[in-house]
Order: sequence, then structure tokens, then C-alpha cells
Amino acid sequence: METLQRYLAEHPFLKDLSAEQITLLAGCASNVRFDTNEFIFREGQEADKFYIIRHGKILLEVFRPNQGALAIQTIDEGEILGWSWLVPPYHWHFDARALGLTRAIVLDGKCLRSKCEEDHDLGYELLKRFSSIIMERLQATRIQLLDIYKRNDA
Amino acid sequence: MAQSMAGPMVPAHYHVKKIKKETFDTFTIDLVPETRGEFTFAAGQFNMLYVFGIGEVPISISGDPALPATITHTVRSVGTVTNVMRTLKRGDGLGVRGPFGSAWPIQEATGNDVVIVAGGIGLAPLRPAMYEVLAQRQKFSNVALLYGTRSPADILFEDEIKKWRGHFDLDINITVDRATGGWYGNVGVVPTMIPKTPFDPAQTVAMICGPEIMIRFSVMALRERGVPDNKIFVSMERNMKCAVGFCGHCQFGPHFICKDGPVFRYSDIRHLFDIREV
Repeated sequence: METLQRYLAEHPFLKDLSAEQITLLAGCASNVRFDTNEFIFREGQEADKFYIIRHGKILLEVFRPNQGALAIQTIDEGEILGWSWLVPPYHWHFDARALGLTRAIVLDGKCLRSKCEEDHDLGYELLKRFSSIIMERLQATRIQLLDIYKRNDA
Repeated sequence: MAQSMAGPMVPAHYHVKKIKKETFDTFTIDLVPETRGEFTFAAGQFNMLYVFGIGEVPISISGDPALPATITHTVRSVGTVTNVMRTLKRGDGLGVRGPFGSAWPIQEATGNDVVIVAGGIGLAPLRPAMYEVLAQRQKFSNVALLYGTRSPADILFEDEIKKWRGHFDLDINITVDRATGGWYGNVGVVPTMIPKTPFDPAQTVAMICGPEIMIRFSVMALRERGVPDNKIFVSMERNMKCAVGFCGHCQFGPHFICKDGPVFRYSDIRHLFDIREV
């Protein structure tokens, strides 16, 4: 527990949270591991967790009927996986699959949501951090949508 | 040098030594001169390649500056001239004018971290810079290549990249915009790799080549990390015709890309990025 708490306190995503807030987060956290190709979650399932990737790589995919899965983003070591736990209706929008042996810290979103309702300072701090991730991913998605390497025949 | 005695507007005669298919629409063409001679160039420069009877196009040199017996270009077939060029066979003739333009700042990068950011065919003009950095690897600190393409099938120089990945002192990261099954690498746009790459922003020289939008977002990511504008170098692309600053086709604000570029220090052209039609 102490190791988990220290890891959370030192992680850039949670930097500058108070010791009490880190303790509270650690109370909702545990270690998990995923084997190669193991699904962490699938589109449509209840989104009640988020993950801090400690080691490995996660692939986000969208399944296209009759065409298979299309990979849209990878999440690397040190990054955060999942923000759908924050936004109703709390369902995952994509599939997430481990590309190799992956270790992560999972945080219980349901538990955190209720703690954020009770402690708005914590809620605000988490929202600020997740907003920044959501913005970065929105920007990246917009560039992806531009299809900048597309062939423009003369 | 391919520069003809008759002046920079007259092509020198070369013939095709080898053509290699890189991807479904991109090929690498090796040329050797009709008469004996060597072709010296600086990494980042380009040539005007003339397919006789069809037309002339500006193409970056993608070969090794240390191997002057052959000139290598990597070409994406996107128009009349390049579509014909890809059908050339060993021994076919081609006109070459060049080399033209400015070069990547290899000397200036000495003692610094080097971050090379390439998008799509933009890896071709950066490959000579990679060769030069590798040839004098001990002169640089961290060296990173961040390369983005549309899909795994669009990755250029795959064999070479595999070799580079075998160097423990190189940080080679490839990402694709989208992928289907079988791809175990990164998915996402190339600027998103910049925050994850180990380099010291105060001691870094960055070189970027790719679509202009990718350059813009890569510059933003480098600036956010703290790399100064005068340590960021970008290769710009416009419609180059004469290659010597006469015709004005490639005018970019007060600059001619063919003569003052294609490689620019970002701090010198920063203001032009804010203008919608330059």
C-alpha cells in the first residue's frame, strides 16, 4: 500500500495533490497485470475504472463489422488509460487491448466519483488533470482526421 | 556535382542504376553520371530531375553524402513526371540539375541532443542527415528519430530502420495514424511522441520534415518542451521550378524556398506560419 501510495504521489499526472488526496486515491487503487492480447475493456461495457500504465503498451481499437478492428491509438508507459468513468453514461467507447505483458495501477472510478462528490477540491483537481488529457487526445484525433499523408494526385 | 558547365539551368546526363519499390506509391532511384565524376551534396539539399520529353520535378536527395558515386532520390509518384519516372529501367537516361538549397545543421548540432521528426515521405530528405549523424555518432548526445506515416504499409526504408533500431544509442520511434491487425507498434500522430522522447530541451537541435500541418504541430510540441525556436529547423515545400531563385514559383514571403531553403531555421520563418496564404 505504501509503495502504491508513493508511486501515485510521484506520478506526473497526480503531481501536487495533497498527501490526504493521495492517500484517498491509494485507497481506491490496486495493481493489475494483463497478458499479451488480453482485453482490458471492450466498447459498451461499464466504464468504472481508469489505469495508470506502469509498463507495457495498450492499443485502443474500434471494431468495424465485416472489416475487423482498426487501431486508433496506443497508450504507453506512464500514460493514463480511460476517462469514460468520469462522464455519463460511464461506458467505454473503444476496445483496449494489451500489446504485450502490461502492468498498471487500476483506480476504481465508482469509488472515486463518490469521493469527488464529497470532496469537491479533489473532484476539481482530477477534472483539471483529465481535461488536459482529453484535450491532448482531441487535438491528436483532429490531426489524425486530417489524414495529412494522404496522396493528392496532381 | 551535377552542375553543368553550361550553367545551373542545363541538366547533366545521368542514367538509372537501380530502382527499388519502397511502398505502393514510392520508389527509390539510384543514378550514376554518364561521364565519370562524383556528386557531392549536403544533407537536406534537392535536385531537379528531368524525365526527357515529360518534364522536370524537384526531388530531395535521400542517399548518403559519404557515397558520392551514386545519387539517390526517393520519390512518391503523384503526377505526370513521377509516374513516368517510376517506369524507368536500369540504363534509362535522366537529366539532373543540382544540388540546390540549404542543408540540415549537422555541425551546429554537434554536442547537442538531436531530434529528427519525419512524416511520410519527409523521411527521405532526413535520411542523409541520419547517415551523417550516425557516421559521427560520438559527437552527439541523445539521438532520436520520430517517424509517422499513414499506415504500416507506408513506412519507408523498413530494412534500414530495423538496423537503426539495433543501435542501443539511438531512440527510434515509429507511429502510424491507423493500423489493422498485426501491427504491434505505436498508433497516433507523430507530434504526440515528442513529450515522451528523452532529450534536454536546452541542448537540442530538432530537424523536421513532412506535411506542413505536421510541422506546425511538431514545432508546437517542441516549443512546449522548451526547445528554442532558433534550434528548430524545418524543411519547407513549395512548387519549385527554376531552383535558382529566378522564376519566383516557390516564393515563401520574402524567401525563395529553392535558394534560401528548403531547410530554414524556424525562428527565421516563424511569422510566415501565421499567414494563411503565403
